[in-house]
Amino acid sequence: MVLLSFDWFLIIEKAILISIVIVASLVIAMYETWGERKVAAFIQDRIGPDRAGFGGMFQPLADGMKLFMKEEIIPNSSNKFLFVMGPGLAMLTAMMTSAVIPWGGHLEIMGRTVPLQIADINIGILYVFGVVSLGVYGVMIGGWASNNKFSLMAALRGASQMISYELAMGLSLIALLMLTGTLSLRTIVEQQSTGHWNIWYQPLGFIIFLVCALAECNRTPFDLPEAESELNFGYHQEYSSMKLGFYLFAEYVNMFISCVIMATLYWGGYDIPFVNDAHLYDIWGNWAAFLQVFFLMGKVITGIFIFMWIRWTVPRFRYDQLMNLGWKGLIPLALANMVITAVVALLKYNNWHF
Amino acid sequence: MQSLTNRVKPVDRKPMTFLEKIYLWEIAKGMMITIKHFFRKKPTIKYPEQTREFSSVFRGLHILNRDEQGRERCTACGLCAVACPAEAITMEAAERKKGEEHLYREEKYAARYEINMLRCIFCGLCEEACPKDAIYLSQTFTPSNLTRAQFIYKKDDLLIPDPNKDPELYAKALGDRKKS
Repeated sequence: MVLLSFDWFLIIEKAILISIVIVASLVIAMYETWGERKVAAFIQDRIGPDRAGFGGMFQPLADGMKLFMKEEIIPNSSNKFLFVMGPGLAMLTAMMTSAVIPWGGHLEIMGRTVPLQIADINIGILYVFGVVSLGVYGVMIGGWASNNKFSLMAALRGASQMISYELAMGLSLIALLMLTGTLSLRTIVEQQSTGHWNIWYQPLGFIIFLVCALAECNRTPFDLPEAESELNFGYHQEYSSMKLGFYLFAEYVNMFISCVIMATLYWGGYDIPFVNDAHLYDIWGNWAAFLQVFFLMGKVITGIFIFMWIRWTVPRFRYDQLMNLGWKGLIPLALANMVITAVVALLKYNNWHF
Repeated sequence: MQSLTNRVKPVDRKPMTFLEKIYLWEIAKGMMITIKHFFRKKPTIKYPEQTREFSSVFRGLHILNRDEQGRERCTACGLCAVACPAEAITMEAAERKKGEEHLYREEKYAARYEINMLRCIFCGLCEEACPKDAIYLSQTFTPSNLTRAQFIYKKDDLLIPDPNKDPELYAKALGDRKKS
């Protein structure tokens, strides 16, 4: 009887949602690799992969197949357990973040309201930060377990880079959280649904967040852990087969997730621009929720395109430049932004009386 | 020091301006350049489907020619082998028997004719040396094979299709080339 009093519908609903989110983020990451190659090619006046399927649509499948077919090499001198765990950890931390993201409004199914979010916890953005900072472990463990000097150096670089950019990212977010007054991602989105996107109130914060997100995802101009010219290949040098694929894949999942978070925090999340969403729910019902998911995806794809566009425009920073920019540039800027926002928010709270 | 050529250009070492120091504006300018390239027409030629236009004197793989009745023109005189700077051509002559007049044009013919395509430099001197107009370089190119031995082209690989039996293939092998 104890089992029956359980809310089975909730479990089923969440299980379906989780599997959809995981599959969707994997598929999107897969097509990000295709998109990246296409964008790179177009920017370099080429046409990119176009042989497998229409416009090269099956290229990611072919790449995945190739990676699975390759011989799996585990170096003798490596720490085997950690060596295998590294890519899994990178993938795990990349996927875990998606748990708190609101993908859309809510569906009405059989008289129940099903929110399109796996877990609406009230510390959503803190959870995201906690998981993202764990992402260092995938890089670090992989680089260390390979027992290769270059891998280790690359991993150290990656770790120090991620940690130093997380600071500026956190500071830029504090300014945002002062405006929203909540940590729950769904509430943040709902506050923006009037069309007052946070990017209009926090343009500097947004730029800092964007730069730090690039650094967090290890993408060019900040792909120091993968600097081929100095480190052969980077922290995944000893990896082969799908373990290497997992590392590369985790990068794309990370990119997807950070674009989703960027859209959620600054671009209004699943809010449909110029339209009253609540009104839309009255007319279209469940279809409005799907439209919201569609618009969120549109924003995310725009973000991903900007990431790729930056990648194929800007050359890689030198390590000292990277650290200078992070510690001497972004952190003071983020601090100044935070203080100014705090002053303005306090003034507004006091009805503009000093 | 006075330079010898007066073409020395001093390196511009003036410090970065404020706008350059904050990077963002310069990066935005760079991104504008790349997005222009994004929408530019691509010069790629999708090779197997599209091919580049060749000149009519393009020198591709060799063809052993036939006359209009489908008889082999080669008489195995060996002038092409002599002319070949890469020494890629070997041949063996044989005498035409009674009843073979529909196969070979003259009394002597090449029983074996081999060109090593790995040695050949596609200079076309064999074509110029041939008095019988029997060998020429076609517009076919990029052969692919799995072994070195397969790159030694035998008579079967080289002979043009019979114009009476396979006029289409014959025309294709002939290419745009003006033939006598």
